[in-house]
Amino acid sequence: MRHVLSVLVENEPGVLSRVVGLFSGRGFNIETLNVGPTLEDGLSLMTITTSGEEQIIEQITKQLRKLVTVVKVVDLTHLQSVEREMVLIKVNAEDERRAEVLRIADIFRCKVVDVSGNDLTLEITGDQGKIRAIVSLLQRFGIKEFARTGTVAMRRSMQVD
Amino acid sequence: MERTGAQILLECLLQEGVESIFGFPGGAVIDIYHHLPDYPALRHFLVRHEQGAIHAADGYARATGRVGVCLVTSGPGATNTVTGIATAYMDSIPVVIITGQVPTPLIGNDAFQEVDIVGISRPCVKHNYLVKDVKDLAWIIKQAFYLARTGRPGPVLVDLPKDVLQAKTVFEYPESISMRSYNPNLAPNRRQVRKVTELLRRSRRPLVYSGGGVISSDAAEELTWLCRTLRIPVTSTLMGLGAFPGDDPLWLGMLGMHGTYAANMAVGHTDLLLAVGARFDDRVTGKISSFAPSAQVVHIDVDPTSIRKNVNVDVPIVADCRQALRGIREELEICSDLPDWSEAHQSWLEQVSEWQRDHPLRYTFSEEPIKPQFVVEKIYELTKGEAIITTEVGQNQMWAAQFSKFHRPRTFLTSGGLGTMGYGFPAAIGAQVAFPDKLVIDIAGDGSIQMNIQEMATAVSYNIPVKIVILNNGYLGMVRQWQELFYAKNYCATCMHLNPDFVKLAEAYGAAGFRVTKAADVERVLKEAFAVPGPAIVDVVVEPEENVYPMVPAGAALTDMLLV
Repeated sequence: MRHVLSVLVENEPGVLSRVVGLFSGRGFNIETLNVGPTLEDGLSLMTITTSGEEQIIEQITKQLRKLVTVVKVVDLTHLQSVEREMVLIKVNAEDERRAEVLRIADIFRCKVVDVSGNDLTLEITGDQGKIRAIVSLLQRFGIKEFARTGTVAMRRSMQVD
Repeated sequence: MERTGAQILLECLLQEGVESIFGFPGGAVIDIYHHLPDYPALRHFLVRHEQGAIHAADGYARATGRVGVCLVTSGPGATNTVTGIATAYMDSIPVVIITGQVPTPLIGNDAFQEVDIVGISRPCVKHNYLVKDVKDLAWIIKQAFYLARTGRPGPVLVDLPKDVLQAKTVFEYPESISMRSYNPNLAPNRRQVRKVTELLRRSRRPLVYSGGGVISSDAAEELTWLCRTLRIPVTSTLMGLGAFPGDDPLWLGMLGMHGTYAANMAVGHTDLLLAVGARFDDRVTGKISSFAPSAQVVHIDVDPTSIRKNVNVDVPIVADCRQALRGIREELEICSDLPDWSEAHQSWLEQVSEWQRDHPLRYTFSEEPIKPQFVVEKIYELTKGEAIITTEVGQNQMWAAQFSKFHRPRTFLTSGGLGTMGYGFPAAIGAQVAFPDKLVIDIAGDGSIQMNIQEMATAVSYNIPVKIVILNNGYLGMVRQWQELFYAKNYCATCMHLNPDFVKLAEAYGAAGFRVTKAADVERVLKEAFAVPGPAIVDVVVEPEENVYPMVPAGAALTDMLLV
């Protein structure tokens, strides 16, 4: 099962490789990994998506907590959380199909961030489902380039059943 | 007053109570060595190979319970310690490794003797540091020692660039440490402890399975109290030997691949397995699905990652072993309706002693060639468990574990987790430095001893009177045993053709050398060697094809043992 882990770490050199090395050294898998500084000086937040049996996920979270530079690990999977990812897609959009691409972009509330005679570059944010949907819709036009950030996630303030 | 980084480092070591440093100099750490003579309280032992330094620091730590210190230069000096770091990491031994590094402006430039030792050692240290500013040096050293010895102990590496060692600042040693990200849990959860006492009360066939954690948390006394009072038989891992007196009738010996029949059968039949400071290593469990099949499992460990890593646990207790065992004792002491333990466990104890009686450890005596087990028994007989025994790795290690008895913690030093050949001799040097008046014996094989034999020069030059007993069978015996049993006797690359003459080798280094070929001479020669004032090698020519039994083939259930 897919899990989203929110990992608060000391912002110091080598911390990323400690975390990544833990995954590779113990044969765990990382699907996406996103890191950025937090508002508090000296701390960074990583969002890691991974998958595995419950026992593996338990090991991953415990092993992460054991790292001296890791301050906090929260598994967001069983909590209500907000998950977003940003993707840039450069899609074929020659004259006769441009309108169609723009219409899809509009439906998905994408931003057009770059245009040329032959293609459009779209900026999309959303959860995994939305990203998957637009990718499958745009694929028939031909996707030329594709870049994604990996998931960022946050626990919702209200945990409503 | 301003001091250089090198001086600050040495001041920090003094503050940490360090007395002995095992090291090897080089360009990157020459500033430390330059100031070392100003600190006569810090005794430095010059080894002949950095692997010797780290194993010696490790042996010192295992024998004393204090943090061992190893000091080496950058590049090859640093990489030569990696095997020893991994050894200490696998067995949770507190060691601080100080490595030199090229000056900070050269880092990343492939400078002479530059290596990214922080990167290389990352998977096998508890934590490591690259010090980039002399102002950070004091608190980093303080943290390094704190991390090494607290929680689940382990090696911590500090990499020191040459310019940091030369830079100056005012020395102030921080008084306390606060780390928001490191707070090991030491006290047991009361409710869990209560569950354990409840299980103990109901169990009819309880078994204690203790490990190295009992020794590192100094919990041997508490463990012994619990087992003796509640009449619970005890088995332990290789790392746990010495935590429970080896001559107690409740003692079953080691469990696992080369464990005793009684211990492995007891695991197979227990209804309550109390695992204390042990981590269910595959050499211990055999086939996981048939490990302790009818038992509820209580697991006490200070490291949460150990719990449920390999086996399912009914009552996990994340705590220091000593505190957890004390908690159980306190809980039991306030219970009013405790059973009569001897009566409650009577039929179980009878069953266990029957296993012990029917299938003891055994071998067939022979006068010539000598049986290796006989040599180990003689060593025990002569030392009565008063010596510190270290081992190399392989058959020698297993025979030492099986045919010696250990009565006190920190008297058996061996590379358990990593299985590092070449560990025993330098570790013995470290232990002997800590306890100059004790008899320290390395039980070795002819293969293993050659992995760090150069440390003979260290032993001789400081007159460290370590005794090495080589069980010389002319083979890499354990691999040969596997080849015999599971690989159609294809003895590929396990015969040690052209071993050196170990007696002459000892003499060449300036140590004493002895050779024995007949069982009748073993006692006399061992006595003679133990009485020599300096280091000595006893080369015992033993039966070349003797095997270690019992044996559980890899991946089989513990109860499927190959007996003698």
